Amino acid sequence: MEPSAIRTEELTRTYRRPKKKKSDNGKDPAGDLVALDGVSLEVRTGELFGLLGPNGAGKTTLIKILTTLLAPTSGRAWVDGLDVVQDASAIRPRINVVSGGESSGYGVLTVRENLWLFAQIYGVTTADAMKRIDRMLDVVDLTDKASTKVSHLSTGQRQKMNFCRGFITDPKVLFLDEPTLGLDVNAARSIRKFIREWLAERPDRTLLLTTHYMMEADELCDRLAIIDKGKVLACDTPAGLKRQVQRYPIFELTLAPGADGALQLDKLPGVHQATLTPGPTSVNAQVALEDESVIGSVVQRVVEKGSRILTLRNREPTLEDVFIELVGHGLDGEVGDSTVPAPNSSSE
Amino acid sequence: MIPLKSTISLFLRTMIARAYPRVVGVRRQPSWVLHEALMPILSIAAFGFIYRAMRAPEQYIGFVILGGAMTAFWLNVLWSMGAQLYWERSSGNLELYIMAPAPMMAVLAGMAVGGMMLTCIRATVIITGGILLFQVSFAPTSWALLILVFLLTLLALYGLGMMFASVFLLWGREAWHIVNLLQEPVYLLTGMNYPLKVFPTFLATVAAVIPLTAGMDAMRQILFSADGFWPLGVEVGLLAALSVLFLFLAQRFLGYLERRSRQEGRISVKWQ
Repeated sequence: MEPSAIRTEELTRTYRRPKKKKSDNGKDPAGDLVALDGVSLEVRTGELFGLLGPNGAGKTTLIKILTTLLAPTSGRAWVDGLDVVQDASAIRPRINVVSGGESSGYGVLTVRENLWLFAQIYGVTTADAMKRIDRMLDVVDLTDKASTKVSHLSTGQRQKMNFCRGFITDPKVLFLDEPTLGLDVNAARSIRKFIREWLAERPDRTLLLTTHYMMEADELCDRLAIIDKGKVLACDTPAGLKRQVQRYPIFELTLAPGADGALQLDKLPGVHQATLTPGPTSVNAQVALEDESVIGSVVQRVVEKGSRILTLRNREPTLEDVFIELVGHGLDGEVGDSTVPAPNSSSE
Repeated sequence: MIPLKSTISLFLRTMIARAYPRVVGVRRQPSWVLHEALMPILSIAAFGFIYRAMRAPEQYIGFVILGGAMTAFWLNVLWSMGAQLYWERSSGNLELYIMAPAPMMAVLAGMAVGGMMLTCIRATVIITGGILLFQVSFAPTSWALLILVFLLTLLALYGLGMMFASVFLLWGREAWHIVNLLQEPVYLLTGMNYPLKVFPTFLATVAAVIPLTAGMDAMRQILFSADGFWPLGVEVGLLAALSVLFLFLAQRFLGYLERRSRQEGRISVKWQ
């Protein structure tokens, strides 16, 4: 049986706090900082695996351990079947990493020269490096900047160059830490398309992605782990995660102005919960039903009460709903304003 | 097990690649010639005129010119080589180097080769300027021996620089203070502008751990047939021993740095 591309067992990492750092109340902070707390994960070969979590969740620490830059405090981790502590030098030729917002490279060198330099430290021949550089520059639409000094690039262009750097060594396992951070919509779309193509080219390639963009994770990842405060809260396919939070089918109705609480949709048998949100030109109603067939009664009630239905659609939960349900707040740190109605509550 | 041929190939590729930004930088940022090469000529000129005013032996002016050229290498080792890993961390490259399959010694060797090439140009400008200004003539007793001593001096010096690179990164700002403390005493101890034989034996022995001291004394013996503090053979042997010692220590410090940084997160966590 082929080993997993990535596997961790009860992986824990704590950082010693600097002695001089004081907490807000002026006292010494209590204890060490636990960045990872017993993380067990398995990423299969050929998989595009996503890590979702707020800032400080432990995503980057996990990547640093897997890329041999950091030792775990306890637990074990393997990349391509090799132990990250004992076999670090054997892992390194097989991996690469790209971090969003990184500033690596030499300003005095051109884009092409920088990429060549970082290919050399992986032993890639100059001829191969040049072919791969041409291809990657084309992917990120940076060909016209190939001979431009890096010091003259914009932040986004520099980010594109770093994205290329990760691929030109042809790694078996690639770690992308927020790869589309700061990129414009078109560039991010091209990169997402390329990531999929790159994985499809060879079945032994694996990619671990962290991203702040839920849509990106949903679109790209075969499976996802949601991580917070160093712990894995859930791990499944995007569809599986959504199913976990969708206990009831949800329908969204747009009603003509004038619809109000008199509808009493939440009092209907089989309606678990209902919300009405008046807007400037319409009223938005969301109903969580115990069974999809109950929607008929809902429509009937609306019509009976003299309201008019403008639109009706079955609303799938988003990854953001999943994230908020599990973590308690969105990726931007806002506390619980889930669009999925909470069970046993009514605001009608 | 990686074949030896692949290991050597990777080492050489990495070394050349890392030396490349330094070499290319010379061509793309030519303004360095002004402050890196022309300004030091003013410094040696001051000593040259003092010796001439004192009617000191002509070879003393030659000592100053040679000292000015060799000190350029020392400054490059101390400030550029020593600070290199620190700078690579700040610019985000260090993690990429550590994570790559190339040995870190190859990265440091590339920095050293790049620095040497750059400083060779600077040293050549200083020597040429000094010769033109003071009409000093050099008559080496043996070109082969001169080249051997020069290369051994550079090897020992840059071995020391490679060691400094790890030490600076480990101790951060404290290491900068050590460099500041080292700079002027080293000018004094290496006999940059005067013959080493003016020193008492004890002081000269202490100074001998600095490769520049034995290197310059040996080169003065070869270039000007001057009396050295130690016989030429002893100085060549000392330089060879220092080269091996510093390169060995550089490798050990790098290994220690990598182990410690992985344990403590020193490279990847800013406040560690």
